[in-house]
Amino acid sequence: MTDLTTDNAGPGPRNLTTEAVKNSLGRRNRKQLYLQGLGIAAITFALTMLFILIWSLVSTGHHAFTQTHVTLDVYVDPEEISEENLPRGGFSEVLLASMAQQFPDIDVSDRAEARKLSSILSDGAQFQLRDRVVSDPSLIGQTVSLTVPLSDPYDQLNKNLVRRDTPENRRRVDDAAIARFDQLADRGMISTPLNFTLLTAADSRFPELAGLRGALVGSFWALLTCFLISFPLGIGAAVYLEEFAPKSRVSDFIEININNLAAVPSVVFGLLALAVFIGWFGMPRSAPFVGGLTLALMTMPTIIIATRAALKAVPPSIREAALGVGASKHQVVFQHVLPLAMPGILTGTIIGLAQALGETAPLLLIGMNAFITSAPSGPFDSATALPTQIFIWADSPERGFVSRTSAAILVLLGFLIFMNAIAIFLRSKFERKW
Amino acid sequence: MSVTKITTSAIAIVALTATAAAAREEIRRVGSSTVFPYTQAVAERFANTTEFPSPIVESTGTGGGMQIFCGGIGESFADITGASRAMKASEYQMCQDNGVTSITEAQIGSDGLSLAVSVESPHDWDLTLGQIFLALAAEVPVDGEWAANPYTNWSEIDASLPDVEIEVLGPPPTSGTRDAFVELAMHAGCEELEYVQNGGFDGDWVEENCSRMRTDGPFIEAGENDNLIVQRLQSDPTALGIFGYSFVYENLDTLAGVKIAGTTPSLETIGDGSYPVSRPLFFYIKNAHRGVIPGFEEFLTEYMSEDALAPGGYLNERGLVTLSEERRDELRERVANSVPMEAPAD
Repeated sequence: MTDLTTDNAGPGPRNLTTEAVKNSLGRRNRKQLYLQGLGIAAITFALTMLFILIWSLVSTGHHAFTQTHVTLDVYVDPEEISEENLPRGGFSEVLLASMAQQFPDIDVSDRAEARKLSSILSDGAQFQLRDRVVSDPSLIGQTVSLTVPLSDPYDQLNKNLVRRDTPENRRRVDDAAIARFDQLADRGMISTPLNFTLLTAADSRFPELAGLRGALVGSFWALLTCFLISFPLGIGAAVYLEEFAPKSRVSDFIEININNLAAVPSVVFGLLALAVFIGWFGMPRSAPFVGGLTLALMTMPTIIIATRAALKAVPPSIREAALGVGASKHQVVFQHVLPLAMPGILTGTIIGLAQALGETAPLLLIGMNAFITSAPSGPFDSATALPTQIFIWADSPERGFVSRTSAAILVLLGFLIFMNAIAIFLRSKFERKW
Repeated sequence: MSVTKITTSAIAIVALTATAAAAREEIRRVGSSTVFPYTQAVAERFANTTEFPSPIVESTGTGGGMQIFCGGIGESFADITGASRAMKASEYQMCQDNGVTSITEAQIGSDGLSLAVSVESPHDWDLTLGQIFLALAAEVPVDGEWAANPYTNWSEIDASLPDVEIEVLGPPPTSGTRDAFVELAMHAGCEELEYVQNGGFDGDWVEENCSRMRTDGPFIEAGENDNLIVQRLQSDPTALGIFGYSFVYENLDTLAGVKIAGTTPSLETIGDGSYPVSRPLFFYIKNAHRGVIPGFEEFLTEYMSEDALAPGGYLNERGLVTLSEERRDELRERVANSVPMEAPAD
């Protein structure tokens, strides 16, 4: 620094400049330190927020990953259940009878008393028993050992979400119910295994029976539709704009519009889909296919922009070399430029799809927030998607859905991280440096 | 290259089948979010006990449901809509205009609207509808004049009330709960006021002047998500929230219903009408779809069964306030014979 000034300036100003530099050195170093400090503070703040978010999700959500079960010996009474009547039969009565064996002091002929016992088991218990007997009718007349979920209030009690020290009138489960639960626990009938229902069952109004299967399958079909439409169309548009289109006002205009389209709020696309796809074309409401079409509209600009950037990054020398040995323009694009740009294109596509996976507003508008107790079998069956399922559960009054909402968010975050990890992997594995 | 070709042709095929694959197998229900949990319960029961595919139960709000329901006859229009108020004349007309001529109206029971506080609340709340109106309306009588609401503290309205700031969280105007609250609590409260009784005002005047909620702070529109209101109430024990009673019922460990004129909201007091703020819940059946959509009759039978509707039935357990036995029998009769409703009067 001082050498430079020696060459360029006379003795007077030289002294002045070095003085000025020396004097300001401390101040400038301090400023740099401030800047660094601010940067670190910003990152710490962001990390703290992220940590709080994840921590609050995990601390409420982890309860949903286990589910309290009870193991009962059930006598499949031939008087209640007969082979000719299957799948109908008195399965709830049979279950009640085996609960009554555990609590001989309760008179089950009184309806209100009987309810106290039958409400310990989940409403789904009778259907589990039914499915088991239907698949093996020889069980009729025998005693089977059945492990079924407990209903939500007892599940909450087992997980200490219903605190025993709160006054009785503020609890969903009264003292007598707690005593019954403890009796079952003392006999070793209570277990708390992993809650596979959360992933294998479709939605239910009973938290202990509700699962994400319908939402996962719905999201899968929607994303597949979205990918099949937005990927080829997006690449086609980008290749044309980048490699073939003459630079003109029209192409500038198109470019600006594509960039703007990427910033349009998603709810607008939802309204568009409601009016055009469902209103005009008469496509079914709540179908993942329509959801996928809507998401494709949103994802396409992202893919176009990513593809154009990837195409731009391919050095002109490759195009020129190919043209030099006599390749046609179209051969250059499809045999040289596009394969080289593919890692970048795929990265952009996956990030676009990850965005689409988390998108809620347009799906709400096309009715993908319906309550359906079975998973869809194809893209035209009505279904929910992961984010809309979270929306439904967050709005449900039953307490068990509080932890299930957080658990569903964790599942969604898991998928997002997985997709982004693939994008990073593709980039680091296949990206070429020139 | 070939990959692109295959994908484009795949899209073409999918797009073609999209319009063909419309034959609907399952029952489709739209409408009120208040009736939603009950239809949900019936739908799950129905899917579990029959061979028919699970019904699709969507919560669109009463008005939004009417739009879809009255859109026409055919697979893309819903079979049933739930409503937390009776169908309006304009909606009935819309149905008629679109060819939905035969509709059966079914009242399944009623739902109370309840003000609730956190169980941590230090005060024992007992309000009259008049006091609720004075606390929440945009304009109230002040010294014999109809003027902007000056009250900021409950004790300013009546010395017997707690000396805390008025803070009430409620649903936004798009909600059926809000409509019902304005009609059942605010209008009734307005009519209780001496100023209104002595002034000789009629129902139109009340509707015009007593329908606006205040927007200067004490009444807070908290969105459609009731769970959020519960969280706010828990952190602020002096605040009140407006809920459908079925929601309070599910959350009795965190919420306590506020007494109105000495009556605590409960399934009993709402059922016998002694709790003043309750509303009927309806659903409307599109008769043209009966016998066309598979399982529709069986679904209605399940909905109308004693297991569902009677006291102690599974809808009652979800917080529905049930009808009397004669009214249930009459309802079952009407639904079974698909008796069409008459045009509403208003």
